[in-house]
Amino acid sequence: MATKSLHKRESDLANSNRQLEILSNGIFQNGELPTFKNKIAETNQFPLKAKKLEILQINVGYMCNQVCEHCHVDAGPDRKEIMTRDTMQQCLEVIKNTGANTLDLTGGAPEMNPNFRWFVEEAAKAGIKDFIVRSNLTIIRANKNYYDLPEFFKKHNVHVVSSMPHWTRGKTDKQRGDGVFDKSIRALQDLNAIGYGMPESGLKLDLVYNPSGAFLPGDQMAMEKDFKKALKEDFDIQFHNLFAITNLPISRFLDYLIASENYEDYMYSLVEAYNPAAVENVMCTNTLSVSWDGYLYDCDFNQMLGLPVNSKDKHISTFNEELLEGRDIVISQHCYGCTAGAGSSCQGSVA
Amino acid sequence: MQKTYYDPADLKKFGKISEWNQELGDKFFEYYGKVFEDGALTAREKALIALAVSHTEQCPYCIDAYTKDTLQRGVTKEEMMEAIHVGAAIKSGATLVHGVQMMNKVNKLDG
Repeated sequence: MATKSLHKRESDLANSNRQLEILSNGIFQNGELPTFKNKIAETNQFPLKAKKLEILQINVGYMCNQVCEHCHVDAGPDRKEIMTRDTMQQCLEVIKNTGANTLDLTGGAPEMNPNFRWFVEEAAKAGIKDFIVRSNLTIIRANKNYYDLPEFFKKHNVHVVSSMPHWTRGKTDKQRGDGVFDKSIRALQDLNAIGYGMPESGLKLDLVYNPSGAFLPGDQMAMEKDFKKALKEDFDIQFHNLFAITNLPISRFLDYLIASENYEDYMYSLVEAYNPAAVENVMCTNTLSVSWDGYLYDCDFNQMLGLPVNSKDKHISTFNEELLEGRDIVISQHCYGCTAGAGSSCQGSVA
Repeated sequence: MQKTYYDPADLKKFGKISEWNQELGDKFFEYYGKVFEDGALTAREKALIALAVSHTEQCPYCIDAYTKDTLQRGVTKEEMMEAIHVGAAIKSGATLVHGVQMMNKVNKLDG
């Protein structure tokens, strides 16, 4: 398993333009498979238009304590892109005035941003209905500076959403690194101990499942049932909902697909599973993604591909919610990942 | 001329069998889909049975399809291998139990 990001390794695929080229060439250029644009046009869904903003997702930096095999952010300890306090201040102005009902902090490991706690304290004051922090769990057990994170989250009524690829050690560690499973279990027990994830608790704890290889996620409800049964029986752990997320063919997952000679088959699987009903509710139509340096994107994936919003104002400093509504969503073939089967978003299935 | 009897790309064309007999093809796929829905057994349990039977039938298309299907359902490789051993045990047991017939015949002819 790699211990460095594609950027650190100076891989060809660290370049987002190279990724976009791959996604536009080959089977999509020779017509073997339809482009995403042509596919959604078949059902009169092109262009995809942004609706009212509901979810403001802020990526506070690409630094992470893990180097997961399929990370779409290409995050890792060697990534230095970190949101500054000035940019956070600009975000706070938007958070205070937005009509969005969900604030979603992500990374990297967002907790590794030195201003993370200050930002959460300030953002919590805005009283947005659902305040999510995407925590990778192991950070809670990484060193003693983070041991109190569960209490900190509780104090600010943060909704914790955490990755957990499987209920077995083998499959989890294969994807996320040796020892990740044991640390994640311990972190989940710590969260449970103060009320997170308990059946009647208002302290929300959800898990994210994404497949460990070149295949699509199974039915979200069936997976949730299996996860709940196994984690309760084996470790007495409880959580609220499981979000089943499809791996999008970008960054480290694209690198894996190409290296393992699964790329074409995977793209076929995504296109065959294309579901127009999922297009209706695809997350980019109600989400905005803000990067560590304050630029605006339709989603976290477009952020990683360097595809900013199709709008005059592309930066948090000139944020104009009305102007952004109705914008055309920027698409490429990676979008098939969000429209396959029951659909996929940062909140799980959509169809 | 095609050099092998099996082509992985043919699996994707399975649905085309209906083109030469729409009614029976449709009935088959409707039945097939229904069989694998959650019922008294979960869809996951059915997928594991299908994986084991794919091996006893030695159907390469089915092995590809149900390996992927079980992976998608979160089945572990340990569970998959155990399921295949169940199929293999029945196959070998079915061979060996016929030994009784051989023994009966030997006893009759040469007892």
